[in-house]
Amino acid sequence: MEISVTINGTTHTHDVEPRTLLVHYIRDVVGLTGTNIGCDTSSCGACTIHINGESVKSCTVFAVQADGDDLLTIEGLAEGETLHPMQESFRQCHALQCGYCTPGMVMAAVSLLDENPDPTDREVRLGLEGNLCRCTGYHNIVKAVLHCAAGGEQ
Amino acid sequence: MIPAAFDYVRAGSASEAIAALAEHGDEAKLLAGGHSLIPLMRFRLARPAVVVDIGRLDDLKYIRDAGDHVAIGALTRHRDVETSELVANRAGLLGEVTSHVGDPQVRHRGTIGGAVAHGDPASDIPSALIALGATLVAAGPQGTREISVDDFFTGFLETALGDDELLTEVRIPATDGARWGFEKFNRRAQDWAIVGVSVVVRAGGEAGVGLVNMDSRPVRAAAVESAVAGGASAAEAAELAAVGCDPTEDLNASVEYRQHLARVLTRRALETAGL
Ligand SMILES: Cc1cc2nc3c(=O)[nH]c(=O)nc-3n(C[C@H](O)[C@H](O)[C@H](O)COP(=O)(O)OP(=O)(O)OC[C@H]3O[C@@H](n4cnc5c(N)ncnc54)[C@H](O)[C@@H]3O)c2cc1C
Ligand code: FES
Ligand code: FES
Repeated sequence: MEISVTINGTTHTHDVEPRTLLVHYIRDVVGLTGTNIGCDTSSCGACTIHINGESVKSCTVFAVQADGDDLLTIEGLAEGETLHPMQESFRQCHALQCGYCTPGMVMAAVSLLDENPDPTDREVRLGLEGNLCRCTGYHNIVKAVLHCAAGGEQ
Repeated sequence: MIPAAFDYVRAGSASEAIAALAEHGDEAKLLAGGHSLIPLMRFRLARPAVVVDIGRLDDLKYIRDAGDHVAIGALTRHRDVETSELVANRAGLLGEVTSHVGDPQVRHRGTIGGAVAHGDPASDIPSALIALGATLVAAGPQGTREISVDDFFTGFLETALGDDELLTEVRIPATDGARWGFEKFNRRAQDWAIVGVSVVVRAGGEAGVGLVNMDSRPVRAAAVESAVAGGASAAEAAELAAVGCDPTEDLNASVEYRQHLARVLTRRALETAGL
């Protein structure tokens, strides 16, 4: 089936099998490999992207369901050489170790602040419930999100 | 894993969806938010030959004040229920329970209709609908019919919906002035409940109690409700929480442990609801 999706501002049109998962479409067909796959069970959140401005696990969506939608992946977050404030906060707060969970964490965190710009520590932890960090670096991840909410830079 | 191949049909209207179901019978599966069906298809525990996508039926995405009840379209996402002021004011238990479903990403996709039609005894939302005494509206080739939540869940992943029926609306009797409690016990964040309980105590003192994962289907704790009606305290009524339930044993819990959890969680939820 032919689908058209806008990813990071560019419209892509491809013929896909209905069973193609959106994350496979983004990685293997469009070639944007920043979005990771970390599990088979919809649990880890490594594949988190935005669909129409909201965080979604792209391994739990068929590409055909996203036909006509506006997608944002980790590659679309920075403005040229300028990191998105959330990326900058992750850098400043050392919120990554191996980095595998990071694209999904950052995308989930941006969506979280869109919905709740001034969260408490607990709200950040609940808001990132769907993202697992195998390096267990949660402390600094939460710190980075709070740092970004407080305006970043210091 | 990658799901088995299937034919994809995108329904443009409720009647198109019903026609597709009538045509393909039990070969076909409806796809709403996909957050129960796609995980099953990825494990190939489900392999429908035809998937009928109802995700774009925008006229089934609504939350309306219908006087004595709140009417919620089947395709309304968890996120929209969780953040609805109308739900908070007139069906507060449902808003709270929905906010405990999965994680934000899941709530951005999953729908109330999917959560009900899936008929999963471990799902949180059915427990709230049982406590609140909801009515489900189904549409099929013969027209629409209303099904009481007490007749809806018929077995493990089985409901009263026919193969050719679409769930269109969930009706929640308004519970203005009620107090409620929801308890969900799990070992890890984001996990499904090992046992859960939804409690509402209406302004007149009448209680509704629905249990998660205490039987092969979502069930009502009728003995607890009658005990409250008879003037029992939270602790006395909660002792009856596992009466008549037939929970299973699994990696997480034995039957006895589930029964114990049901009693403890029901007491806490009743107390939160002001009893
Ligand atoms: C990681 C993860 C964690 C989760 N955690 C929880 C949790 O803690 N608690 C919880 O309660 N749930 C949880 N869920 C499930 C979630 O709530 C699902 O969104 C919901 O159960 C199904 O809704 P859906 O719209 O995604 O349905 P789908 O997956 O699209 O459909 C589910 C079933 O219902 C049928 N169906 C869907 N809509 C209709 C309709 N309108 N009429 C007739 N049949 C229909 C489909 O054919 C299918 O058989 C979790 C899911 C995931 C992926
Ligand atoms: S890869 Fe999507 S949740 Fe793990
Ligand atoms: S930084 Fe390694 S998984 Fe999170």
